[in-house]
Amino acid sequence: MARVLLFGRLADQAGWREREVAAESLTALRASIANDDAGLAEALAGPGVQVAVDKALVRGEAALAGSTEVAFLPPMSGG
Amino acid sequence: MITLTEAPFEPGALLSDFCKGRDETGAVASFVGLARAEGGNASILELEAYPGFTENAIAAFAVEAAGRFGLQDWRIVHRVGKIAPGEAVVFVATASKHRRAAFEACDFLMDWLKSRAPFWKKEHGPDGARWIEPTAQDRTDAERWD
Repeated sequence: MARVLLFGRLADQAGWREREVAAESLTALRASIANDDAGLAEALAGPGVQVAVDKALVRGEAALAGSTEVAFLPPMSGG
Repeated sequence: MITLTEAPFEPGALLSDFCKGRDETGAVASFVGLARAEGGNASILELEAYPGFTENAIAAFAVEAAGRFGLQDWRIVHRVGKIAPGEAVVFVATASKHRRAAFEACDFLMDWLKSRAPFWKKEHGPDGARWIEPTAQDRTDAERWD
């Protein structure tokens, strides 16, 4: 199970901030979310959205082990 | 050291603490950013961070500043959660042997914080809430150091 975290406008759109999703890879995770909420999956793949796996930014595909944390980060506002 | 806090903080107390016990520091520069009311259009500023990730990113900015300017020490405190107009949002202090490094490092840290720090900022006003992204000016300010 991956612990999925949403921030900023993505959390507003989804109506949740944190959820456990069973997925072995980022691609599988996105497919699982799309199955549940296609609009959200589209937003997660949108321009400027970065992905962090266990608090490190990743590009493209990533394998997700047992207790991985996956965060979707919309464009950052700055402080 | 970087601290994120949901509670309001007193910048003067932070500055006094930061200045204590420094017999080899010639200069301390500091900056305090306050939440603006925007003429009544911003009743509350709400800042969201990614705990752990946000502190790491800001600490990396400070390590960069320390290397570039030869800082002896630095302190950053940043509010998260709901912030009322007039409250302090951010405190930055830098310590160095001479003043130029302290001034420049403080300026650099604020430019990077304003444009590159992992925060998500929402402004609540009379017409509802809106997410805020860095302004073109914030980006240009940060690019001065590239």
